[in-house]
Amino acid sequence: MSLSVPAAADPFADKPSVLEVEGLVKHFPITQGIVFQRKVGAVKAVDGVSFNLREGETLGIVGESGCGKSTLAKLLMRLEEPDAGTVKFRGEDFLSVKGDELRRLRRKIQIIFQDPYTSLNPRMSVGDIIAEPFKLHPEEKPKQGIRNRVKELLDLVGLNPEHINRYPHQFSGGQRQRIGIARGLALNPDVIICDEPVSALDVSVQAQVMNLLDDLQKEFGLSYIFIAHDLSVVRHISDRVGVMYLGKLAELGTQEEIYTGPSHPYTQALLSAVPLPDPTLRGAREQIVLQGDPPNPANPPSGCRFRTRCWKATEICATQEPELISRGQITQLSACHHAQQNEKIIPAHS
Amino acid sequence: MSEIHRPEARVEPIDSTIEPAGEPAKNKKVEEASLLADAWRSLRRNPWFIISAVLLVLFLSMAIFPQLFTNNDPRECLLGRSRQSPSAEHWFGTDVQGCDYYSRVIYGARNSIAVGFIVAIGTFIIAVLLGLVAGYFGSWVDAVISRFTDMVFAVPYILGALVFLNVLESRGVREVAFVLIIFMWPTMTRLMRGSVISVVNSEFVLAARALGAGPITIMRRHILPNSLGPVIGYATVFTGIIIGAEATLTFLGVGLQLPAISWGLQLSDAQPFLQTVPHLLLFPVIFVGLTVFAFMTMGDAIRDALDPKSKK
Repeated sequence: MSLSVPAAADPFADKPSVLEVEGLVKHFPITQGIVFQRKVGAVKAVDGVSFNLREGETLGIVGESGCGKSTLAKLLMRLEEPDAGTVKFRGEDFLSVKGDELRRLRRKIQIIFQDPYTSLNPRMSVGDIIAEPFKLHPEEKPKQGIRNRVKELLDLVGLNPEHINRYPHQFSGGQRQRIGIARGLALNPDVIICDEPVSALDVSVQAQVMNLLDDLQKEFGLSYIFIAHDLSVVRHISDRVGVMYLGKLAELGTQEEIYTGPSHPYTQALLSAVPLPDPTLRGAREQIVLQGDPPNPANPPSGCRFRTRCWKATEICATQEPELISRGQITQLSACHHAQQNEKIIPAHS
Repeated sequence: MSEIHRPEARVEPIDSTIEPAGEPAKNKKVEEASLLADAWRSLRRNPWFIISAVLLVLFLSMAIFPQLFTNNDPRECLLGRSRQSPSAEHWFGTDVQGCDYYSRVIYGARNSIAVGFIVAIGTFIIAVLLGLVAGYFGSWVDAVISRFTDMVFAVPYILGALVFLNVLESRGVREVAFVLIIFMWPTMTRLMRGSVISVVNSEFVLAARALGAGPITIMRRHILPNSLGPVIGYATVFTGIIIGAEATLTFLGVGLQLPAISWGLQLSDAQPFLQTVPHLLLFPVIFVGLTVFAFMTMGDAIRDALDPKSKK
C-alpha cells in the first residue's frame, strides 16, 4: 500500500484556524450518598487539552479506551460543559455564547457518531432524520424545498434518493453511517467532529466511509476532527495527529512526524503494536509491550501521567509535569522529558 | 451536487454505490416503522392477541350496550322469586332480591370496566409526565420525583383505599377511581422513568441536542416514541388489575354502593350464600376473571409487540 506522505512543510501553515482549543478541562465528579451527595473525587476525563484546527485540515486524535477522546468530542459540541478552557470558532468564543448565537454556531460544527445503530432514531424515516436539522434551524431552509435537499444529500453520500421513506433498520451499518454523515452535512458546517465513525463497521465498509469523508472534505473544504483508537485509520485520513493519554495530549504533530518519527514513548509503544503487512520486516522492528493498565483517571500519577508504564521514567518524571512543547531537534510537540526519536521502532518505509 | 471525485489509488477502491441494498426488492410499498404500525404487524400473528381481543370486544360491548345482551331490566326485582336456580327464563337464576341475575351481571360490566379505564388513563397520564420529566432531566428533579414515588409506593393500596374511602359517605365510580389513581400510579411511573432513562443517553438524542433541539422537541420527537412501548403494554395489564382491585374494594365494603350494579357488589352480596346458592358467586367471578384475563393477555401481547428487542 502506498500512502501519499505529505511534504515535510505543513501544507496548512498559512490557513486560518477554524477551531482554537485552549486548556480544555472536564472533570466528572465522583459522588457518594443518595440524598445528600458529597463529592469524593473526580474523574479527570479531559485535563488541559489545547490545539487548533485549520481550514480544510483533518486532525486525528488517537488514544486507548478511556483516555478522554469522546469526552473531548462532546466538549467541542457543547454536549458537556467544560470546567475550564476555551473553544473559539473562527475567533468567536463558542463556550460562552447563548440562545440564537449558540444556534448559529451549532450549525457550523457538526458531529458524526460512532455507532450507526444507535445514532439514528429507529422510529423516524430517513427523510425525517436528515430533515431534522432544517426543522430545528428554519433559517437554513433550502430554496429547493426540504425534501429535494434531503434527496440531494442522500445522493451525495452515495445512497439511493428513492430510499427517503425507509427506516434505519432497513439499512446496513455502512449505509446507516452514510445517513449520519448526510445529517451532519445538511447545514453546510465548517467543522465535522467524527467520533470513531468507522469503529463499528466492517473493515471493507470502513474504507468506503473513509473515502466518502475524504471526498466530502475536498468538495466542501470541511475541517475534520477525527477521533479513533485505530492508528492506521487515523493515518489514512489525517493531516495532523494528536495522541491522547489519560486526558492529556502526549504528542501532537503532522501525520508524517508522528508516524515516522514519534518522540513520546507512548506513541512509540502504540506504533510498535501496529501489525506490519510485510512479513520480512516483522523481526527487524523492536516491539514495545507496555506493562499494566492505564492508571485510574480519578487518581492519575504525579508528574508525567505515563511514567508508571514508561521504561524511560526517571526522577524528574514523577516530580515535574512535562509540557507539550517542541523539544530540541524534534519538530512536533511532545509532552515527555526524555523525548527522543527511535529509529528501530518504525520500519524504514511503510 | 456535482459528482464526487474518486481517486483510484486507494486502500480499497470500492464504488460505494454498489454497497448491498438494505432490503431485497420484496417490499414494493415501504414498510412503516411507526410505533403502532410496527406493533400491529406482529400482533396480527399472535393467537393470544386474537383471543383477548375477541373477549374484550365482547365485554366492552356489554359495558356500552348492555341492552343488546338482555331484554330484562336488572332493576325489576320480585322478592317472590328470590334465589332461584338457573332456568330457561333466568339463565343465571335470580339473586336475593329476586332480580334477574343474568341481566345484573351484564349490567355490572359497565361500572367495573369504567373504573378500570378511568384509572388506567389517569395513571398513564401521570406516569408518562412524571417518568418523562424524571428520566430526562435526572439529577435533583429525578431525586425529588423518585423519592416521592417511593413514598406513595410504600403505602399498600388496599390500606390507603380503605382509609380514604371509609371517610367518604357516598362512593361512586368517580370516587373509587380517584382513590385508586392516587395510590396506584407509582409502579407505572417507575416503569416509564426506567424506559426513558434507557433512551435518554442514546446517540440519536445526543445528535438532536448537538443540532440545538430543546428539551420539549427532544422529548416529543425522540424520547416518547421510543419509550412508550412498555408503558402502553403495562397500562393494558393494569386495566385488568384495576378491575380486580375495584371488585376487591367493593367486596370489602368500601367500593361502590347500592343501588349501583357492579361485579364487586354482586360478589359481596353473594358471600353469605356461598354454600346454599353458589351460582350467585360463580357468575360474577367468571366475568371478573375473564375480563381481567383478557386485559392481561392483551397487555402482554402489546408489550411484546412494542418491545424493540423482539424485532426480527
